[in-house]
Amino acid sequence: MTTALEVAAKLLVVLLVFLTVPLLVGQMEHKAMAHMQGRLGPMYAGGFHGWAQLVADGVKFAQKESVVPKAADRRVFELAPFVALLPYLIVLIVIPVGPGQVASSLDIGIFFALAVVSVGIIGVLMAGWSSANKYALIGGVRAAAQLMAYELPLVLAAASAAMAAGTLSLSGIATAWSWWWLPWQGVAAVVFFVAGMAELRRPPFDMPYADSEIIFGPLTEYTGLRFALFLLSEYVGIVVLAALTTVLFLGGWRGPFLDHQLGWLWTLIKVLGLSFLVIWARVAYPRLREDQLQKLAWTVLVPLSLLQVVVTAVVRVATA
Amino acid sequence: MSGVPGSGLARGLAVTLRTMSRPSITRQYPDVKPDLPPRSRGVIALFEENCTVCMLCARECPDWCIYIESHKEVVPAKEPGARERTRNMLDRFAIDFALCMYCGICIEVCPFDALFWTPEFEYAEYDVGDLTHEKDRLRDWMWTVPAPPAVDPAAEQPKELLAAEKALDKAATARAAASTSTSAEVAAPDDPTMPSSAEPASEQAAESDSASAPEDGGPA
Repeated sequence: MTTALEVAAKLLVVLLVFLTVPLLVGQMEHKAMAHMQGRLGPMYAGGFHGWAQLVADGVKFAQKESVVPKAADRRVFELAPFVALLPYLIVLIVIPVGPGQVASSLDIGIFFALAVVSVGIIGVLMAGWSSANKYALIGGVRAAAQLMAYELPLVLAAASAAMAAGTLSLSGIATAWSWWWLPWQGVAAVVFFVAGMAELRRPPFDMPYADSEIIFGPLTEYTGLRFALFLLSEYVGIVVLAALTTVLFLGGWRGPFLDHQLGWLWTLIKVLGLSFLVIWARVAYPRLREDQLQKLAWTVLVPLSLLQVVVTAVVRVATA
Repeated sequence: MSGVPGSGLARGLAVTLRTMSRPSITRQYPDVKPDLPPRSRGVIALFEENCTVCMLCARECPDWCIYIESHKEVVPAKEPGARERTRNMLDRFAIDFALCMYCGICIEVCPFDALFWTPEFEYAEYDVGDLTHEKDRLRDWMWTVPAPPAVDPAAEQPKELLAAEKALDKAATARAAASTSTSAEVAAPDDPTMPSSAEPASEQAAESDSASAPEDGGPA
């Protein structure tokens, strides 16, 4: 009985994080991006510097009509946003925020996380295919191609961290972390973060959406709440990527002091910091062309991550 | 492009971060009014009293957006036996700001200084027909016309001011003459400033005050 209650409480916390932190990141994107471009961003919603802008957006999306194109594959079309969103919610379950503070501690946590995150792309592909729209289809196929290219460096970089820690458990990796991982696993961290950004299809890797050439890619035909779910999945994706990078390469809950009591705070600070990096990259860099995108993955990130795996292995064997 | 790989990427990040650290110069318009240059072309005001219905503005307007209607009134002769005069009376003066292109030609061309620019710009309407401002509304805009720019330090006063001063002087002289004529015996011989102050005005005052002038000068 207590375990059932415990599980329910943990899931509630996960759901709460799932609902609040992405909004925090979304608001940060609104304001940080605006100021980076010399603007103010939202200023009215909620009264103080537009803090309630995303709430207002949500209300607006909920009011809008949900249109399904006549030629669309209705069932798939309506299902796609949930397929895109739910994997990120599930991944949050296995991410530790403090020592022992994890909704479900899996021994193969990193394997589970990477496998589930990759499911999200199915939602995008479903949306692209079922929309009966050539722009949506091109966008969906581009998204699939992007996933294929960037999944490899992502997994290799994560494998490097797992090798360094000698475990597949996310909590285990965070426990094994120490400061000299920063130079040792630095390349893997950068590769993981960049490849993760590309998997999220965030600018500058937003070829699948590329609004100036293919309207909005897979999301072209979506309106109202379903569109909002896709947007939400993008922000939850940022949080998941930042959290995974934090746990794998930045020591998770490790902080300057009180790791056990304030672990969740250090995790949150790192996650928000990395989310800021994602936003910063979006503002600073123009969109990559499709061939440049593939080139970056296959000629830069894959060799770098392979090299990192070799370095990790050599150091592990030498120090063992 | 310097030789270090990735330096361009770093510079991109630096530029955006620097922009973010600087305060934005955005003015929150409806809350904060903009600082407009003093001679901004916001809306055109009509100084109705100066208008003589000469129609020059309406004819010069490239958009034909000025509507003027008038009639003539007969002014009875001032003196018996003189001819009756007619005067133009302004019935309607309207500017359609939906058509106006704010070229300002009407203001330039007006020979009687009846049209002015004002910097007011908040007169948007829900109905395009309401953008036609009639005489009263155009007259109301006059209250928002800024004061004319100051003349150069050594320059002579504007003609309008000179004319107004002359008129004031004339009135003052007339009043002084009127008061001296009633108490001329007491004031005139004892007051040495009186002739000198009356001197400049006496040229214009000569004809109208011809009755009082000899009295004024007589005792002196």
